[in-house]
Amino acid sequence: MSTTTATHHDDHGDHGHPTGVMRWVASTNHKDIGTMYLWFSLFMFFFAGALALGIRAELFQPGLQFMEPENFNRLTTLHGLIMIFGAIMPAFVGFANWMIPLMIGTSDLAFPRLNNMSFWLMVPAAILLIASIFVPGGAIAGGWTMYPPLSVQNPSMAVDMSILALHILGISSIVGSINIITTILNMRAPGMTLMKMPLFVWTWLITAFLLIASMPVLAGALTMLLTDRHFGTAFFDAAGGGDPVLFQHVFWFFGHPEVYILILPAFGLVSTMIPTFARKPLFGYASMVYATAAIALLSFVVWAHHMFTTGMPVAGQLFFMYSTMLISIPTGVKVFNWIATMWQGSMTFETPMLFSIAFVFLFTLGGFSGLVCAILPVDIQVQDTYYVVAHFHYVLFSGAAMAIMGAVYYWLPKWTGFMYDETLGKWHFWLTTIAFNITFFPMHFTGLAGMPRRVPDYALQFAEFNMISSIGAFALGVSQLLFLYVVIKAIRGGKPAGDNPWEAEGLEWTVASPAPFHTFETPPTVK
Amino acid sequence: MSQNTNNYYLPAPSLWPLIASIALFMMAGGLAMDLNDIASGNYVLIAGTLVFIYLLFGWFKEVITESLSGFYNKQVDTSFRWGMGWFIFSEVMFFAGFFGALFYIRTFALKWISQSTIVWPDFAGTWPTSGPAATQALEAMAPWGLPAYNTLILLISGATLTYAHWGLMKDNRKQTIIGLALTVALGAVFLYLQVHEYAEAAFTMDSGIYGSTFYMLTGFHGLHVTMGTIMLLIILFRVIKGHFSSKDHFGFEAVAWYWHFVDVVWLFLFVFVYWL
Repeated sequence: MSTTTATHHDDHGDHGHPTGVMRWVASTNHKDIGTMYLWFSLFMFFFAGALALGIRAELFQPGLQFMEPENFNRLTTLHGLIMIFGAIMPAFVGFANWMIPLMIGTSDLAFPRLNNMSFWLMVPAAILLIASIFVPGGAIAGGWTMYPPLSVQNPSMAVDMSILALHILGISSIVGSINIITTILNMRAPGMTLMKMPLFVWTWLITAFLLIASMPVLAGALTMLLTDRHFGTAFFDAAGGGDPVLFQHVFWFFGHPEVYILILPAFGLVSTMIPTFARKPLFGYASMVYATAAIALLSFVVWAHHMFTTGMPVAGQLFFMYSTMLISIPTGVKVFNWIATMWQGSMTFETPMLFSIAFVFLFTLGGFSGLVCAILPVDIQVQDTYYVVAHFHYVLFSGAAMAIMGAVYYWLPKWTGFMYDETLGKWHFWLTTIAFNITFFPMHFTGLAGMPRRVPDYALQFAEFNMISSIGAFALGVSQLLFLYVVIKAIRGGKPAGDNPWEAEGLEWTVASPAPFHTFETPPTVK
Repeated sequence: MSQNTNNYYLPAPSLWPLIASIALFMMAGGLAMDLNDIASGNYVLIAGTLVFIYLLFGWFKEVITESLSGFYNKQVDTSFRWGMGWFIFSEVMFFAGFFGALFYIRTFALKWISQSTIVWPDFAGTWPTSGPAATQALEAMAPWGLPAYNTLILLISGATLTYAHWGLMKDNRKQTIIGLALTVALGAVFLYLQVHEYAEAAFTMDSGIYGSTFYMLTGFHGLHVTMGTIMLLIILFRVIKGHFSSKDHFGFEAVAWYWHFVDVVWLFLFVFVYWL
């Protein structure tokens, strides 16, 4: 940072542009931190994906071929934990870091050092979680939801390590969310009112609020678990006057906002990409904002739909059924608006658009199966079956993960300065989409037919569909290697992208590609 | 170092975030080892805590130095206000989870256990209780003794803190210092009385659900009072050193907000844990 004007560089100390390890370890730069989050997420995606392949290998045929049941349970538990906390959430934070300052025309996040801390806290959490595999007793195996009494009775140190890892992740998320909210509320370029912000910024503003409100409740649940384990408390022990279902209430009070945390940024990503490739502004911007806010608010009053079969009174079940069904309304508004954006647009189908259109269609399918689960008498039947597994993979993989993949393709030119290989990108898209559906669509049927979740072996009537799912899963896993290849290839070179290869709207496209280390040191004025 | 405050301050690359990660890693690892009776766990936990304290002093010192050097403009000040506000909100939600647990147990869980005819048919499910398997009667905490005094102490401490703030806004150094010192003293007295209450209590954390909820809620509150008192003490030192002016004293305000938050949580505790 050897140059020029005193005004630009005096604001950020005497530092130059650090190199080597220090650049990453001591970073206060939103682009570098965003990059670290994205690589971390990609690595965790492959790790958790490999765990899933272990699951599908065992489930390829009935009977126990490869592993003890306990190890199978460890795979399912870690697959869930790492995908949610290690892959999806960090990817969204990576996008938030890279793109929010660019989109609102500011130089960095409000608290750049805290930003770096949020990232580096992920490392001890990941180490604790992965190390827990190797301690006596092995990794936790009671599902990512860690219900007591099992999680209280399990003597393995892995439970404590996992609890503490989640605490650290919670601190990372809460601090990061405070950072993001403050940035969005305080540092928008002059002229950028709230209702002129890109929708991705809105979805992250709302997601950050959900995180700050819900993660501390998870911390409470985890702490009660820890004290029940080691300090003789009776929160989840009926003999002491407690209740295992209490954990479920506290956990899901966090857990339900959490799943909206896992999808709202994806809504923002898709709302960014579709207008670009339809060459039309987003339809119904205001209603998109209100719908997102409505979804977030409603997400706090639906948690017990994860608990319909725990013996709660009918009045409670009915309340949660109705409130859950209500969420489909603002969600439907968003789906209609994406379609309306495309309507009579001038469309092209580059890879980001392919992922976005697939998102609209497949996420909607996931939303429908969620609505089916919301209906109390149906849920009594499908709770803890593969129908639920199908539902959440449709919303989380063909929803969140595919939105992330599409957005990576969308912004790779901005990050690297090079266009990615469009042919390979399309191959990746089609292989992923087809393999995804082969893997997860049959699970609707096995679930309705009664196959339970989290089982390493199953009744013979489920065999054919399980075999199909497993074949699809391996195809899905292998095709992600193509994604890795495309990303690395784009970083190393390609057709120069120019500032705005997609001719898209948005302040991020007004800076050079690759984006300079410092951007918008003086904020632009927005009309 | 020029003090251009037109642009938002961007800090230099810093190792404090990494040190924070190392500290929390050692604390978590040490705690996990400790809870599972691994001998060296204690040392790792203590070492991690020391690193954490070093981190807090180091990072805050860096921020204070930047502030005193005039790097922070109005916009940065606004960022700090938003940041502290949202942080306190997250702490509110943390307590909300425990209050929610208490509400669920008292309203639903105990009622349902008492309705069981097969297991523990004699259990009445009234509050307070150590649960159906309790072997001895529970002597709950009486609200109108020590807890009531503590309520008064915290409420008065809120007043002394406001008195100090008014002093600061009038550049009355003596008033500020006296008000802050009184607040710190009251906080310390509160903590002393709480420890005394814990020592004298007829029940422990493993005395069923009453003990569990009581100690979890009051325990975390006490932890927050401890942190608040330490922060107030540090602000007192900063006032004595002349760090603040009547126009510019966000550090004081942030800690004051925190202290009032701690006070409000106590009021909820007093009503829902001690009294009702």
